[in-house]
Amino acid sequence: MKLNLRVWRQQNTDAEGAMATYEVDGISPDMSFLEMLDTLNEDLILRGEEPVAFDHDCREGICGACSLVINGDAHGPERTTTCQLHMRSFRDGDTIDVEPWRASAFPVVKDLVVDRSAFDRIIQAGGYISAPTGSAPEAHATPVPKPDADSAFEHAECIGCGACVAACPNGSAMLFTSAKVNHLNVLPQGAPERETRVLDMVAAMDDEGFGGCTLTGECATACPKGIPLPSIAAMNREWLRATRKARR
Amino acid sequence: MTLGPSVGLMALATRTERRTEPQPSMTRIFWRSTVGKKTVMALSGLIMLGYLVAHVMGNLKIFFGPGEFNAYGHWLRTMGAPVLHHSWALWIVRVGLLAAVIGHAVSAYQLSRRDIKARPTAYVHKRPRASYATRTMRWGGIILALFIVWHILDLTTGTVHVGGFEEGRPYQNVVDTFSTWYGNVIYIVAMLAVGLHVRHGFWSAAQTLGAGNARRDRALKAMANGLALVLTAGFVSVPVAVMTGVVS
Ligand code: HEM
Ligand code: SF4
Ligand code: FES
Repeated sequence: MKLNLRVWRQQNTDAEGAMATYEVDGISPDMSFLEMLDTLNEDLILRGEEPVAFDHDCREGICGACSLVINGDAHGPERTTTCQLHMRSFRDGDTIDVEPWRASAFPVVKDLVVDRSAFDRIIQAGGYISAPTGSAPEAHATPVPKPDADSAFEHAECIGCGACVAACPNGSAMLFTSAKVNHLNVLPQGAPERETRVLDMVAAMDDEGFGGCTLTGECATACPKGIPLPSIAAMNREWLRATRKARR
Repeated sequence: MTLGPSVGLMALATRTERRTEPQPSMTRIFWRSTVGKKTVMALSGLIMLGYLVAHVMGNLKIFFGPGEFNAYGHWLRTMGAPVLHHSWALWIVRVGLLAAVIGHAVSAYQLSRRDIKARPTAYVHKRPRASYATRTMRWGGIILALFIVWHILDLTTGTVHVGGFEEGRPYQNVVDTFSTWYGNVIYIVAMLAVGLHVRHGFWSAAQTLGAGNARRDRALKAMANGLALVLTAGFVSVPVAVMTGVVS
């Protein structure tokens, strides 16, 4: 396959960026999108140009490091992560636009790499349980109803990639935060911090400068892990409950 | 092995530090948070929605002739009597509605500003439908705010009314308004905006208040569509009836 790429290039956070056009040839439909970019970068290095910076780590869809808005879609046209997106989703001769996540809470570090540490600070505000450490507790000591366990698992699938923020017209982090809050709030292990968790994590989310939720649903459409839109309603319910209880 | 004092020490050392600075009051937390402001929007929106349902039912009385319609207008002023003084109940409703409009508009303004700031850079590759709901809510909201002012000046105070505005003769006043082309245009555009606003707003408010979940989603969407349709069709039927001479 031969492709036309238009890629966002930006030297650093403060520099002006722009789209740059590249041609890549010899792309196999079985390559992942990141391997296609690797091919581009090899060409660039051989030509003595600076390679395109992009985030990646596991390349198997579980770490949440890869990002990229591809033709306007976070993680591209398939419901998966960019590392698991294959070039067979494109056609020979296509022009593909590649841009970084866009949100003021995710400043561009370089080219396609953005700083997502805002997510870490939301997690630090309450995405933990205060169980004593030590040897693993007996698995049956704390019974968890099956629907709660399922819900916790569903929300625990969030890999913190930030596609939800990138896709949201308001740069809102509600889907991510709701995944993290619901994951622990439905479990008995999360019960001691149930109220403070949701209040503190929502406050941290607001402090980081993410936008509010207008329930457009773009986040849930973009999420590679299928975190569903009703998770946001569930977090709102937790938040309102916590403000009523007001136990801080 | 003996469990010495080190166990106690370990427990101390692994305790998670809680924030110790004095916490702001719940009201402050509520108003500062994007989730709290959305709750204000949802509640005030639902109050206005309830009012609109009553309002459209009242308006449809115009099809039963001036006698019944004017008598209804009169009843609005005597409602609550003899417990309440003449017009007091009406004024209580008006004050409540004014509070709802102000609360709604102030939250809408503050949230929208925040949302726009959270997403300062647009994607080069545009996807036009991505912000459909957000944009219809904002533009629709602005149209509604302007309409509310015009509507009160037209049919409540008579300030911008054409023809001899007469308090206590609402039937004639309504016919006068809808005998002008611009009266019809303003009104019909605003009622289409109401329909679109309620269509996303009702479902959205259910999510904000935490009442939404996957099972209820279809029912909530159907209710939102039904409400929007009934309100728009009901309100628009009046100018259409005047234009076609059914009401004169
Ligand atoms: C003063 C005129 C109005 C303005 C400026 C306005 C503006 C807005 C905006 C911008 C939103 C979306 C805000 C967001 O999600 O961040 C919204 C939501 C909403 N509006 Fe309005 N609106 C107005 C009048 C009305 C009226 C007359 C009704 C009654 C039917 C209404 C009902 C709602 C509801 C139910 C919501 C959903 C709240 C939520 O998502 O939780 N609005 N409004
Ligand atoms: S909710 Fe989905 S899109 Fe958002 S960070 Fe988690 S996995 Fe990524
Ligand atoms: S690189 Fe780990 S999820 Fe894509």
